[in-house]
Amino acid sequence: MCLGIPGQIVEIRDTVRQLGLVDVAGVRREVNLACVVGDDHRIVDCIGDWVLVHVGFAMSRIDEEEARATLKILEDIGEVQENLAAMRAGDEAMQTNGTGGAS
Amino acid sequence: MSEALDKRTSPAPRPRGKLNVPKVTLAHGGGGKAMRDLVDDVFVRAFDNPLLATLEDQARFRLADLSAQGDRLAMTTDSYVVDPLFFPGGDIGKLAVCGTVNDLAVGGAVPLYLSCSVIIEEGIEVETLRRIARSMAEAAAEANVMIVTGDTKVVHHGQCDKIFINTSGVGVIREGIDLGAGNARPGDIVLVNGVLGDHGATILKSRGDLALDAAIESDCAPLGDLISTLLAAAPGTRFIRDATRGGVASVLNEIAIASDTGIEIDETATPIREEVKGVCEILGLDPMYLANEGKIVCIVPEDQSANALAALRAHPYGREACAIGRVTSQRRGRVVMNTVLGGKRIVDMLVGEQLPRIC
Amino acid sequence: MKYVDEFRDPAKARALIGEINAQVARIETCKSRPLAIMEVCGGHTHAIFKYGIEQMLPDAVELVHGPGCPVCVLPMGRVDDCVALAETPGVIFTTFGDAMRVPGSKKSLMQAKADGADIRMVYSPLDALAIARSNPDKEVIFFGLGFETTMPSTALTILQAEAEGIRNFSLFCNHITIIPTMEAICSSPDLKLDGFLGPGHVSMVIGEAPYRFIAERYKRPLVISGFEPLDVLHSIAMVLKQIAEGRAEIENQYSRIVPKNGNEQAQAAISRVFELREFFEWRGLGSIDHSGVRIRDAYAHYDAERKFAVPALKIADPAACQCGDVLKGLLKPQDCKVFGRACTPETPLGALMVSSEGACAAYYQYGDLDREPVGEDA
Repeated sequence: MCLGIPGQIVEIRDTVRQLGLVDVAGVRREVNLACVVGDDHRIVDCIGDWVLVHVGFAMSRIDEEEARATLKILEDIGEVQENLAAMRAGDEAMQTNGTGGAS
Repeated sequence: MSEALDKRTSPAPRPRGKLNVPKVTLAHGGGGKAMRDLVDDVFVRAFDNPLLATLEDQARFRLADLSAQGDRLAMTTDSYVVDPLFFPGGDIGKLAVCGTVNDLAVGGAVPLYLSCSVIIEEGIEVETLRRIARSMAEAAAEANVMIVTGDTKVVHHGQCDKIFINTSGVGVIREGIDLGAGNARPGDIVLVNGVLGDHGATILKSRGDLALDAAIESDCAPLGDLISTLLAAAPGTRFIRDATRGGVASVLNEIAIASDTGIEIDETATPIREEVKGVCEILGLDPMYLANEGKIVCIVPEDQSANALAALRAHPYGREACAIGRVTSQRRGRVVMNTVLGGKRIVDMLVGEQLPRIC
Repeated sequence: MKYVDEFRDPAKARALIGEINAQVARIETCKSRPLAIMEVCGGHTHAIFKYGIEQMLPDAVELVHGPGCPVCVLPMGRVDDCVALAETPGVIFTTFGDAMRVPGSKKSLMQAKADGADIRMVYSPLDALAIARSNPDKEVIFFGLGFETTMPSTALTILQAEAEGIRNFSLFCNHITIIPTMEAICSSPDLKLDGFLGPGHVSMVIGEAPYRFIAERYKRPLVISGFEPLDVLHSIAMVLKQIAEGRAEIENQYSRIVPKNGNEQAQAAISRVFELREFFEWRGLGSIDHSGVRIRDAYAHYDAERKFAVPALKIADPAACQCGDVLKGLLKPQDCKVFGRACTPETPLGALMVSSEGACAAYYQYGDLDREPVGEDA
C-alpha cells in the first residue's frame, strides 16, 4: 500500500500553496510541502531536504542520522555473518580437506 | 473516396500544387484541387524521389533490381497514433518511418520502400503537417528508404486525434538469413543494444498530465544499418525483435514460448537510465514493460556473442549494448529474472496496459 | 538513487538471510512448524515478490500476505458507485490508476471509460483539483482511496479547494484505516500469526503508538518496516529476534522515515477534514467498526456522496471468490479454487487478482517459480 519514494527538494514554487519542486533521480515534479513544514522548519528551510514523496505530497523528512544508523546495523550484521562463514569454511576445510563449495 | 497522391499518366512533370491556407479543412480531403495542393505541397515536396514523382496510383519496381539483393521479399505494416505528436527525441513522423523500417530490419530484410497513409483531423495546422512530413523525409533519408506511395484522408473533428499515420514497408532478405523466435537454443546469449524504456518514459512525461519533468528523450531510430552490422559480425544470429509496445519483457516471453526454452535475465545487467528508473519508481511502473523505439533484443549463439556485442557497440545506435541474460533449458516457456537482491522472479507477459499506481 | 540503492545491496541481503537463519535456529517452535509472519501492507507484498524474497527465506519462515491493499479490500458496491458517479452527465471522474481495472458488478472504470465516461487517471489529488480549476463548467470528482498514508493528501487538497473557493470539486471518500482491521485479525479465534511487519508509510503518518495493543494484548511482535528489500529482510530478522528472546514489542526498523509520533501536520489535516464512520464494508472481511472515514459536515459540499446520488448498494462478492480467506491469511492464493482458472489478471473475479499489491496477482505474475503454467493440469 502506498508507494513512496525518496526525493530532494530543489526549489520552492509557491509559499502560499506550499508547493516545491522535488527531484527523484533526475525526474522533477511539483509537490505539496504542507506535511514537512512547521514552526521550527519554515518552507524556505526545505530546500535541500530529502523527503518521502507520496501522490504528490512530501510526507516525511528523511532522517539522515537514522538512515546511517540502520545501514550501520546492516553492516554489522554483515560482518558477523562473514566471520561466521569464515569460521564454518575453516571447519569444513579441516574436516573435508577443501572439497565442496558453498551450499 | 478521395484518391491520394495525384495521378497523372503523362510522364511530363506537371506544376506542383501550392497550399496557402494555415489549417486543413474537409475540403483538403475532397479529391479536388485543394487535396492536390495539400498532397503536392506538403508530402510530395518533402518525400521527393523518382518513384514517387511519377505520381501514379501505385509505385512500380523492377523485379530484377529486387532479386539482385536477395531471395525473399519482406512486407510489414504499422499504424502510428502517438499522443503527443511531438516529443523529445522524435515525433509521429519519425516514429512512422523508424517503426516500419525496424519491423523489416529485424527480420533480416534490407528496408527499401515505404508507403505513407495519413488520416488528418480537420483543423490541424498545415505547419504541423509540414513538420511531420519533413521529419519523415529525414528519417527515410537516414534509413535509406524511399516513401513511394501514399494516401490522405481528412475526417471531421473528433473522428481522429489530430493525425494518424499508417506506413507499410517492403524490403529484401538476403539469401541464407533465417531469423525466427523459434530458433533460440539453450546456451544462446540475449543482447540488447542499449538502455531500456526511454521511449515509454518520455511519452508518459510528455503527455503532461502527470506533471513530470526529466531530461530524457525517445530512443526512436532506424536500426537497419545496425542490424546489417550485427548480422555481418554474427551470421549465426537466431532472432532479432524490436522491443516496442510491451517492452523487452514481452519480446523475451514470445521467444521463450516460440522456442520452448527458458530465458534467464540478470536485473543488474539490464541497462536502464537513472531518470527512467525515477519515472518508474514514482509511478510504480516496471521498466521491463516500457516501450522502446530504437532498441532490439538479439538472440545469438554463445560463440558469436562477443563479436556481436563488439559490432553493436561500434555502431552509434548500439554504444551501450550489453548481454542481459541467456537462453536455458530450465523452466521452459518462462522468463526468470535474477533480481538485484539475489532472488529470482518470473517476468510474465503484460496483461493489459501498465497504469500508474499509488499502491 | 539515494536512500534506495543502498537498501538493495545483495551482499547485505545474504548477511541478513544468515541472520534470519541464526534466529530461526534459536527458536524452539520452528522445529515443529514454520513461523507465520504477516506483512500487513500490500507494498511489502509487492516488494517480496518483486525481489524474490520469499524463496530466499528458510522454510521455517512463512510470509502471510495481509489486507493492506486499499484496492483489494474495496467492495464491489463501491466500484459500482464509482461507475455511477463517472457516468453522471457533466462529470469528470478522476482516479489513481490502481482502481481502473477493479471489477464492479457490471463493469470496471476502464469499461465505463470505453463506454464514454470522462475518466482520467491522475498521479495526485492535486492534479484532480487542477482539472477542476481549468474546467469550471464541469463537476470534477476525485476517487479518494487508500489508508492513512493517502488521507492527508486528500484532506489537504480539500482544504486547498476551500481556500481557493473552488466548488466544482468533490471527493468520493473511500479512505480506510488499518488499525481496526489488524485488531479484527488479532482477535480472530483462528489467529495463526506469530508476528507482524508493520506498514511503514501508514506509520509515518500515525506513528508507533496505535500498534501497542498488538504487543500488549495479543503478545505478538510487530516491526514497522520500510519497503526496500533490505528493510523487509531486516524487519523479518527483528521479528524473529523478538520471538527468539520471548519478547513482544513494537519496534521501528524504518526510523529514517517514521518518527515515533508520526506526522503532526498530517494528523491535523486528517482530523480537520475527516471523521470516523461507524463502520465500513471491506471486501472479503465484511463490515468492520470504525475502519473508514468520511468528510465532516463542515466540508459536506466537497463530499461526492452528498452532492450526487450514489446507488450505495451492497453487492455480494462472486460465490466462488475466496479473497476473504486469502486476505485473512487462512488460504494461500494458489489454493483458492478459482486461482489461475476462472480468476486471472485478464479476467479477475476478485480484487486480489487486480492490484499489483494483491497477493493473487503477485503470485500469478511473479510467482512461485516452479508453478505449472496455468490452464494445464499440474
